[in-house]
Amino acid sequence: MTTLPTAPPGPTPTHGEGHASHPSYTLTGFIIFLCSESVIFLAFFAAYALLKSTATSWLPPGVEGLEWRTPLQFTVVLVSSSGTIAVAEHFLGKKRLWAFRGFLLLTMAMGALFLYGQASEWSGLSFGFTTGTFGSLFYLLTGFHGLHVATGILLMGLMLGRSFYPDNYEKGEQGVIAVSLFWHFVDVIWVLLFLLLYAWQA
Amino acid sequence: MTLTSLDPGILKASHPVPGAPNNWKRFFSFNTDAKVIGIQYIVTSLFFLLVGGLLAMIMRGELITPEADLVDRTVYNALYTMHGTIMLFLFMFPVLNGLNNLLIPCMIGAPDMAFPRLNAAAFWLVPVFGVILMASFLVPGGPAASGWWSYPPVSLQNPLGHLINGEALWITAVALSGVSSIMGAVNFVTTILRMRAPGMTFFRMPIFCWTALSAQTIQLIGLPALTGGAVMLLFDLVAGTSFYRPEGGGDPVLYQHFFWFYSHPAVYVIILPVFGIFSELFPVHARKPLFGYVFVAIASLVIVGLSLVVWVHHMFPSGVPQWMRDLFMVSTMLIAVPTGIKVFAWLGTLWGGKIQLNTPMLFSLGGLFNFVFAGVTGIMLATVPVDIHVNNTYFVVGHFHYVIYGAATMGVYAAIYHWFPKFTGHMYFEGLGKLHFLLTFVGTNLNFFPMHPLGLMGMPRRVSSYDPEFAFWNVIASLGGFLLGVSIIPFLLNLVSSWVWGPKAPANPWKAIGLEWLLPSPPPAENFEDNVPTVISGPYGYGTGKPLVEHQEAYERALQEA
Repeated sequence: MTTLPTAPPGPTPTHGEGHASHPSYTLTGFIIFLCSESVIFLAFFAAYALLKSTATSWLPPGVEGLEWRTPLQFTVVLVSSSGTIAVAEHFLGKKRLWAFRGFLLLTMAMGALFLYGQASEWSGLSFGFTTGTFGSLFYLLTGFHGLHVATGILLMGLMLGRSFYPDNYEKGEQGVIAVSLFWHFVDVIWVLLFLLLYAWQA
Repeated sequence: MTLTSLDPGILKASHPVPGAPNNWKRFFSFNTDAKVIGIQYIVTSLFFLLVGGLLAMIMRGELITPEADLVDRTVYNALYTMHGTIMLFLFMFPVLNGLNNLLIPCMIGAPDMAFPRLNAAAFWLVPVFGVILMASFLVPGGPAASGWWSYPPVSLQNPLGHLINGEALWITAVALSGVSSIMGAVNFVTTILRMRAPGMTFFRMPIFCWTALSAQTIQLIGLPALTGGAVMLLFDLVAGTSFYRPEGGGDPVLYQHFFWFYSHPAVYVIILPVFGIFSELFPVHARKPLFGYVFVAIASLVIVGLSLVVWVHHMFPSGVPQWMRDLFMVSTMLIAVPTGIKVFAWLGTLWGGKIQLNTPMLFSLGGLFNFVFAGVTGIMLATVPVDIHVNNTYFVVGHFHYVIYGAATMGVYAAIYHWFPKFTGHMYFEGLGKLHFLLTFVGTNLNFFPMHPLGLMGMPRRVSSYDPEFAFWNVIASLGGFLLGVSIIPFLLNLVSSWVWGPKAPANPWKAIGLEWLLPSPPPAENFEDNVPTVISGPYGYGTGKPLVEHQEAYERALQEA
């Protein structure tokens, strides 16, 4: 007589679609994706550094340098929003859903404020996407980052909507952790971008 | 719940995904079962192998005489560009992803991939970008014609001035291919890291899983760089930016860095899984444990690390500083060390083994032979003086075709024959398989060996007419090329006829050791479902008598009863 092992005891969260029960791997997959995504930014940063350090004339004619004080204020807003989303996560852990929703909404508003700052800076610049290599890189880097900020806001909106479904947060925390990681990622990228574009102007 | 004996019905019953038909129609649907997706990938890639092969036949037809008499020169430019692009992005990567889908979940005892819907989406992007690339034959000006690497400023010409031109479609297709591959890579890596059967530690994983993990790690690190570089190229082409345009202050060599930062490691994305296939097949068909398992496993990771710091060897003549040339020459040569460890391990495995010369083994041995030859010319090319001498000649073309066709594609054929019974439930016809091997091996060497003397004589690549002194070797290469074209016929005939009329395959026709061989042929939709075996020893225990899993006899008896 032989015996065969059976499924491990206790309920495991299911994945839907008729698949056998197995835990969710969303967070693992998302972290792997973020590591991969960061390489695109690294490639763009490397392009900027390489082209700037080998250029004979860098800024477009008539441009003295980038104004950094207003962008710095919006940088402070974006970086602090990493704190507010951490607070939101904390309240989710305590099962205080309304506090979670409030801080999530605050984070989204701060992200939107940053995007507004970005847009108003763009509209005031004297050079465009096709004005030489500097113009091309400036809009590529800020635009690609802005796309990530907008994506982050959308994802947070999704989490906000999901929080109103009953029982969703029995297994929904992984999504919130993933979005929060994404938001921190977007912030870190911005700090590097700020240093590259605004601080390194010599 | 304890079972006194495993119910054979559990292993026999097929559990199709709800909403998906359990017949041939599922192969044309958005099915989330990894085994269906694997076959979708492989069949799609074989279709594009025929398309890319047809383009190669036209090129060899052109080159059989020194004059440019068969096709127009601009058409010839499009031919080699599309041949390279199709063979890499629409044949090689999809066919390997197909094998990954079939093998990884079964080998590690997982029911499916970690993200089944992402998996299906990644597959369905392949026909999408395939159609986009094919559509470029129909646009004014024809397809992209700047070589598969699309270097600016050549790729930025756009003489007709249309927004939708062959080059723009090419970049879009390559970028979508990158998105699809990244989606696949996230899935494969997560599956291997998180879904292994109980008891299957990293050092009990089959080598194929090690090499798949290594190759997919390269995809995750390298592909974003290429995709970023391609987006910048697209903006330069259609929006008038100046990333690579020298007249606006851009740098064309920057694109070469982006391109090769991914596209050199991409060679390892292709060859590493084939190393995995060799490591799986040699022990089975020589009836011996894999020699030096731990070293072979770790060598894959070493290759990943080194492959990320060798890309400049494609740019030795591109005006890079001397220190870079020296550095990248040394790092390139270092790759021979982990690769040599693997070749040594395979020879050690074969040494004194009871070698069975069936079709998969013949393809593995032939592939190994070609790989060693390609490795020798690879070391020659890594040397800066030799590389500058033969740069852009047929020597380079001969080298990489030995790798991509001689080693990688033959390894893929070996894998298809070896696992065909497992995933179709039918045996292939051995005679047709051996004929396929014979034609492929002779055709490969006849086609690609002559390219080496041609390159050393100084014949440049990417030309449709040449000096008559090169005619002798070109005629031989063309005959070999046509032979390769013929070799596909017994292969496709075998696949189709065996699947329909082939004798029914037992669960383990090779008496192989591995979790996939403890499943029925073909495996049910969720593989082991809740009866995942507990792994108690490493793979390749041939001749040792050690069981692979707990209660191995019960699993084997259940298979026989089913």
